[in-house]
Amino acid sequence: MKTVTSTLLAVVLLAAFTAPLGAQGSGAAGQSQPPKQEQQTGFIPLDQLPPQEQLPAPRLLIAAYVFVLVALFLYVVSVSRRLGAVHREVQRLEADLRKSGHP
Amino acid sequence: MPKWFTPAAILCGLMFVASPILIAEVRYESTMGLVQKIFYYHMPSAVMFLLAAVICGVASARYLFGGAPHQDRVAWAAAELTVLFGIITLVTGPLWARKAWGQWWVWDVRLTASLMGWLVAVAYLLVRRYGGPGSDKLAAGLALFGAANVPFVYISVNYWRTIHPATSVVPTLPVDMGTALWFCFTAFLLLFVLLLKMRIYLEEERARVDSLYLSLEG
Repeated sequence: MKTVTSTLLAVVLLAAFTAPLGAQGSGAAGQSQPPKQEQQTGFIPLDQLPPQEQLPAPRLLIAAYVFVLVALFLYVVSVSRRLGAVHREVQRLEADLRKSGHP
Repeated sequence: MPKWFTPAAILCGLMFVASPILIAEVRYESTMGLVQKIFYYHMPSAVMFLLAAVICGVASARYLFGGAPHQDRVAWAAAELTVLFGIITLVTGPLWARKAWGQWWVWDVRLTASLMGWLVAVAYLLVRRYGGPGSDKLAAGLALFGAANVPFVYISVNYWRTIHPATSVVPTLPVDMGTALWFCFTAFLLLFVLLLKMRIYLEEERARVDSLYLSLEG
């Protein structure tokens, strides 16, 4: 359980510290003026755009769904493990109580 | 655990297996295309995030002013679910935003208020874990702020100029999109109830361990 708590704490702290950094970067990108480009003289098919201008929707979608399912699965596993440990402790204590002659 | 738990857990598992199939069948949204399909998990998880924060706040208030230990256990369980569904919301949102807005994150009212609410829940868990004696009351006070933040998160998109879609989007959904959304919402709600029940049960068992230790010492 200590490992789970430590991992959770590490993830939380990492998220708390990196979120403003990421947002700073994106904010700066949003504020900067776009470089002056030559006037467009024709339409460019989507698949001919340079890679940095293509937004990978399938990858974002899959990442979102995988993250949700993995997070939920890990949480269920974490609660089940904690429950198992508590059940074992209850059984041990009840056995100790019986041995010591408590009603 | 109650008798309904196992059948409900099986039903919930089946709904989560069926949901991607249902989502795949839904038409693409006209401006955002494929990436809009994140919505079917993002919105229900966001609602569960806010619901958990409200339950945590109400149970904490009842614990602070009534003193019932069961309310404290409910609050602790709900705080963990606030962190869980909050991180899901705060991760799936930017994955959608990157495509829809061209940015991972903006300091928009709703996004910022949601992050604040999530951090309050994280603070609650840290106080409970490392706060020592009396941390239950201190954490309960924190939970009140977390719950007070919820109406602000909900109405923020309707009262301030914001890039985030307004709450009026959901009632206007076409039938196929609405069916997929409410199916996923039901699956998330069922999962939320099951996880809350499971987590409260864990706290009750921990209380039982404490009373057994007291019996051994006495």
